[in-house]
Amino acid sequence: MKFLLKKEEMFSFMLPEFLVERRGDRCIKCRVCERQCGFGVHSYDEMSNTMRADEMKCVGCQRCAVMCPTKALIIRPHPSDYRPNANWTREKIQDLKKQAESGGVILTGSGCDKPYRIYWDHIVLNAAQVTNPAIDPLREPMELRTFLGRKHDKLEFSFDGGEVELVTELYPNVQIETPILFSAMSYGAISYNAFKSLAMAASEYGTLFNTGEGGLPKELRKFGKNAVVQCASGRFGVDPEYFNVAAIVEIKIGQGAKPGIGGHLPGEKVTKPISETRMIPEGTDALSPAPQHDIYSIEDLSTLIYALKEATNYEKPVSVKIATVHNVAAIASGIARAGADIIAIDGIRGGTGAAPKIIRDNVGIPIELAIASVDERLRREGIRNKVSLIAAGGFRNSADIVKAIALGADAVYIGTPALIAMGCTLCQKCHTGICNWGICTQDPQLSKRLNPEIASKRLVNLLKAWSNEIKEMLGAMGINAIESLRGNREMLRGVGLQEWELEVLGIKGAGE
Amino acid sequence: MRGFEKVHDACGLFGVIDRSGSRFDSDMVVTAMKNMKVRGNGLGGGFAAYGIYPDFKDYYALHVMLETPEVRKDVESFLEKNFDVVNAEEIPTNSEANVFRPPVFWRYFVMPKNDEGDDYVVSKVMEINTKIDGAYVISSGKNMGVFKGVGFPEDIAEFFLLHEYRGYMWIGHSRFPTNTPGWWGGAHPFNILDWSVVHNGEISSYGTNKRYLEMRGYFCTLLTDTEVMAYAVDLLMRKQGLPIEIVAKILAPPMWDQIGRMDEKSKKIYTALRITYAPLLINGPWTIIVARHGEMFGITDRIRLRPITSGEKGDLFFVSSEEAAIRAVCGELDRVYTPMGGEPVVGRLYKFEKAERRSQRGEVFA
Ligand code: SF4
Ligand code: SF4
Repeated sequence: MKFLLKKEEMFSFMLPEFLVERRGDRCIKCRVCERQCGFGVHSYDEMSNTMRADEMKCVGCQRCAVMCPTKALIIRPHPSDYRPNANWTREKIQDLKKQAESGGVILTGSGCDKPYRIYWDHIVLNAAQVTNPAIDPLREPMELRTFLGRKHDKLEFSFDGGEVELVTELYPNVQIETPILFSAMSYGAISYNAFKSLAMAASEYGTLFNTGEGGLPKELRKFGKNAVVQCASGRFGVDPEYFNVAAIVEIKIGQGAKPGIGGHLPGEKVTKPISETRMIPEGTDALSPAPQHDIYSIEDLSTLIYALKEATNYEKPVSVKIATVHNVAAIASGIARAGADIIAIDGIRGGTGAAPKIIRDNVGIPIELAIASVDERLRREGIRNKVSLIAAGGFRNSADIVKAIALGADAVYIGTPALIAMGCTLCQKCHTGICNWGICTQDPQLSKRLNPEIASKRLVNLLKAWSNEIKEMLGAMGINAIESLRGNREMLRGVGLQEWELEVLGIKGAGE
Repeated sequence: MRGFEKVHDACGLFGVIDRSGSRFDSDMVVTAMKNMKVRGNGLGGGFAAYGIYPDFKDYYALHVMLETPEVRKDVESFLEKNFDVVNAEEIPTNSEANVFRPPVFWRYFVMPKNDEGDDYVVSKVMEINTKIDGAYVISSGKNMGVFKGVGFPEDIAEFFLLHEYRGYMWIGHSRFPTNTPGWWGGAHPFNILDWSVVHNGEISSYGTNKRYLEMRGYFCTLLTDTEVMAYAVDLLMRKQGLPIEIVAKILAPPMWDQIGRMDEKSKKIYTALRITYAPLLINGPWTIIVARHGEMFGITDRIRLRPITSGEKGDLFFVSSEEAAIRAVCGELDRVYTPMGGEPVVGRLYKFEKAERRSQRGEVFA
């Protein structure tokens, strides 16, 4: 601890974010907390034989509290606060002070935590009573199988001498066993072990993970048939094999947490294996440009879509991922017409490994409204079945997913829930490269905390639990196949929403 | 678009065809409906009869329901503009019949101007139903007609003097709505061109089906999910030309488990159908009877939550919610058959059973 500052140094005016309480009657001075905290909060003072804590460094990740063998630690938001002010909240004042001290853009991780209306919490589901028997998923088949890709308007058959032949050749479609995919999280942003856990879980459950824009390490290409591989503005890790081992190729235009901003992987995270996978020099910042510099228009996008289709012999669906911005519906329609087979839309609450806080918290629109308006727009134009619609950003439980599908999504990407399943506590420090849970870090000491066997088991359990809950909800509605929920807004009613909100969501108010 | 109110109901269904094509009166269908009285509650009944207008068999017979007499002007000027109207008359009714607030019904035998065909008629029907307030086209086929309203089926039959018509195929419906819209247009059968549908059940996939059909230009205006059935069948059978055996597998497809156990060829076809026509899977409990000239078929949902039975006697083929209703009109049957979920039972005119139609049923769908 420094008490004397040099003249040019500034004394920090920041308050600590968290209070670290250690119950002396429990602490056995085992120093587990010291070893667990990558931020260096805990230390042992031999002279006085006491454990100390540098609270200023604590990010509230709860790693030490969970690991402490005697449960001696309580970590909670720091009670010290400024005079209450509805306008100048503690966070606003602290952010401003931080900038006055650093002169920089404030970076953060995870998704937007601001209290924009969460529409999921204002939508209730239907259930069958009397006129329509509920179906019991424990006793009867309940189908969640989903196909991603372009669909035909109609099928042609030939009937020769009693032989039925399918004449139409289907567009490439990818089969998944539950409408839940893992969102794009790159190797680099997350640790090798976290990345591998996602791949293992997707392959075990019969769904897909998404490589993000960091490539797919050679030895993990065996998981290719469960991979959505991204082609983003930095083109990191892109080679022909990368595309051809994949189930789906995804062009990343934007991300819900940072619409209009490219990826940023700081040099410290670019270790040797990452540099090999991304095909960039070790230790250099991996900066993806904000736009794709070969896409300045919808025609350019179309060119890239078809280039990727050529490269994969028209055998794989091509997805285009965009952030949900104001005119997302019109953009989605353009993307469908440009030849994409899948459109992924990522809402304002979508997560990130690193983004300017000001962008994360202020740019974009909630995914609920975006799903509704994109689905409606594509239907009005008669092209809804030309694309599958995957929604991302802001799913917290299986009911959110059921509501998303009823609004019109084919499937959802989950990022934050997958991270939480692996241990994440949403401390929002992904961008620091220090993650005490071994998820969002390249520090070998930290990342080895995540055992892929165990983490993938947690992920599979999550998929299983949510899928079972979805089946329960479907059965309650008297539906036994997920396709009968898709776009079925009759199953939804709004509570506490204004007229315009009901209108955009295309649902009735409760009681209507 | 926040959508219309949907009516929930449960019902009794009956259909009969003389496969030799001989025409007969409404006696059987009315008796059968009476036999299933418990399946209705007097809030809806109706019939479709095929072969009843031989004198005008080349013209589209539009049965139009007029909620107020004044709206007839608008309908007629619309028809004059878009069709050659060869005959127009009020449908004769019995004012003594025990029915609830009957509107006025007119029928027009028309031919589209400029050689336009079925699609044109469909679009004009949609236009009347959505744009002319208080006027609804309740049937629009050639040489057939729908008679329906609020009341028990036998009262509806009496109201429309049904015993005066003779057809080779009849279907009937008795309705038990859970609410009381008291609206004549909401009764069954639903019809477009010569397709008629009667339905028992509640479609839990209604929202999905409806929005898919809207994308295909069908707008559900009659406030009931049966309409969805009628439009789905029109799209698949008339527009896309798929045979009943395939359409059955779209509306009520086998489970993925079953598909997984099929041989490669069947697996491929069934998978393609489920992928492509997923939005037309009709979920929930339902049975329908669909009729068009020359044939009718009955089918129930994939897990058979609502009843259906078929029977045969000589040239007669029956399909009904209950065997008792068939027995009530034909005590001795050659064959009684209760199909599996999703398995269609089909009654066709013999002349339609010939080569071309048989070839449409392959072994995959046998
Ligand atoms: S882990 Fe718990 S018991 Fe061990 S030193 Fe830290 S606070 Fe004390
Ligand atoms: S940062 Fe995490 S591990 Fe370190 S003290 Fe705070 S809560 Fe404990």
